[in-house]
Amino acid sequence: MKINWFYFSSPPRFYALAGRLSPLFFALALLLTTLGLYLGFFVAPTDFQQGEGYRIIFVHVPVSWMSMFIYLVIAFWSAMGLVMKTRISMVMAQALVPTGALFTFLSLWTGALWGKPMWGAWWVWDARLTSELILLFLYLALMALRAAIDDERRADRACALFALVGVVNVPVIYFSVKWWNTLHQGASVSLTRAPSMASTMLFGMLVMALAAWAYTIATSLKRARTLLLEREGDSEWARRQFAGDAR
Amino acid sequence: MNWDSVSAFLHMGGYGLYVWGSFGVTLLLLALETALLSRRARRVADEIRQQTKAARPPLKPRHTGQD
Repeated sequence: MKINWFYFSSPPRFYALAGRLSPLFFALALLLTTLGLYLGFFVAPTDFQQGEGYRIIFVHVPVSWMSMFIYLVIAFWSAMGLVMKTRISMVMAQALVPTGALFTFLSLWTGALWGKPMWGAWWVWDARLTSELILLFLYLALMALRAAIDDERRADRACALFALVGVVNVPVIYFSVKWWNTLHQGASVSLTRAPSMASTMLFGMLVMALAAWAYTIATSLKRARTLLLEREGDSEWARRQFAGDAR
Repeated sequence: MNWDSVSAFLHMGGYGLYVWGSFGVTLLLLALETALLSRRARRVADEIRQQTKAARPPLKPRHTGQD
């Protein structure tokens, strides 16, 4: 059997698929968030060092992981768009930027609210915090760059190149706690050693991380659909989507 | 069960402001993004509907020769 890898790079097919998947993932996100909040607040025990304040971990770690991961996905779709010249890849790269920026802001926000009671400071110019702030600037720059270029194809290519250059920052964020002496604690979860926290805490955090994934998939697919309609609203396939209810 | 009362839950062992400030703002902003996105989707759909309507020639009465 031969798989056609470009099957869903056709805008109408992608539009239909995303329309089916997005509500599904949105429902999944709601379900996982409810379960994760329950685990985080009612099942996970009080921390012996940080008391109840540690519970910020259930939102801080998932949004921080997502902020970095979304950038990697943007870089992936950007590379695809540049090499394969597929329009959908560029649309996906564009659709993920606002959500990535939001998660990066939330990572800094929840980090500040965690840092204040535990370190005594909202902000320190430490390697982890500073490189995450640079990630926020990269997301904002991607949005500004797109807004500054009128021609869509040029904007696509410029943003794709910018995203690929900026991806070097992601490993810097991830490994910053190893490479430099920072105030920020080390990785919460590692594949090479046993978890450093109670298993219910870990489980709650992973459920919240899955919820963030589901939310990102739902939101980016929905935004990609809207972007496609904005870009190709004049085309036959876009008009046909609304032909049934245009009276 | 970790909490004896609702007020103990809200107090979060003295970390209420920080914990609820984190979860509250996160849920608020995600809900806001979802709402803005829905509005944008509705707008572009309305636009295409209107364009389609405007572009279509007005319906002519059909003459079948039988009336």
